[in-house]
Amino acid sequence: MPDPYFFLVIFGAVAFVFPVMPLALAWLWRRFFQPPKPGAGKNATYECGVESLGEAQIQFHSHYYLYAIIFLIFDVEAIFLVPFAVAFTGLPFGAFIAILVFLLLLLEGLVWAWGKGCLSWVK
Amino acid sequence: MASAPPIDEGLRSELQKQGIWVTSMQELYNWGRRNSIWPLQFGLACCAIEMIATAASRYDLARFGGEVFRPSPRQADLMIVAGTVTKKMAPQIVRLYNQMPDPKYVISMGACAISGGPFKQGYNVLKGIDRYIPVDVYIPGCPPRPEALLHAFMELQRKIDGQKLTGTGKAAFLDKTVPSEFPVPAFGAHDLEPPANADVFHPPKIERH
Ligand code: SF4
Repeated sequence: MPDPYFFLVIFGAVAFVFPVMPLALAWLWRRFFQPPKPGAGKNATYECGVESLGEAQIQFHSHYYLYAIIFLIFDVEAIFLVPFAVAFTGLPFGAFIAILVFLLLLLEGLVWAWGKGCLSWVK
Repeated sequence: MASAPPIDEGLRSELQKQGIWVTSMQELYNWGRRNSIWPLQFGLACCAIEMIATAASRYDLARFGGEVFRPSPRQADLMIVAGTVTKKMAPQIVRLYNQMPDPKYVISMGACAISGGPFKQGYNVLKGIDRYIPVDVYIPGCPPRPEALLHAFMELQRKIDGQKLTGTGKAAFLDKTVPSEFPVPAFGAHDLEPPANADVFHPPKIERH
């Protein structure tokens, strides 16, 4: 009766050899048959066929979160506007005032954000 | 080994009847290659729709092992130039071809990719992709039907099957002296510079009497 962990060793060995073997075969193939043909174009960064421009590591300023929040607010507002527009002709006066207040509040928020300079792009 | 003399066909079939399968490295290698041609995933114009149809269930390119369309040239063996190549697009196509690893093949699909097709007289259309990269199979048609693309695929498989690994006349991709990259044309004032790569482009001579 072999050690019960012996099978794990076999499993580990197979798991190692299985992926390494094709790599080794490919290496041997390259070594004996296929000459490597590297070149400037071949080794260049792949960017859908266009020449790559500038740095790959761009960082976005954390200021960007304000944009995201403002976008989110107006996105939600757009959803509220749809039922408002559909029911517009049948709305009682009170409801109309209510939705107008809602819109004005958001508008005021936009003016405030604009005035604070949140809408100008920070590099 | 591939350099060994070819196996006698009669002997081979005799052995096969006894349950012994004899092959050469070259055959095995080409068999594997021809049944796993991975095309580069891109389409240029209307022909691309037919290419997509070929890959989809009805025509099922997977039967020939070519369904794995790769979105990166690094993993692709075959470039199907499916559609109109505008002069704006040509440098990108050549660059993508350059970025594909060897061995690589090109199918020029449709009248546009062969010669500019219906837009041949246009100022902005390249008159055939074979001006810049070597093409293995041409398919005429506008657009060629999916069956035609399948036919081209089988032609390519036949070509791959016949490629030799060693000796004289071995496959070009195994030859150190054959380039695997071609110069990318630049935008000129009126046309691409150069308008054709003389090393690649060998149009048939028209004889006038
Ligand atoms: S050959 Fe015809 S179908 Fe194909 S891209 Fe050109 S115009 Fe479109």
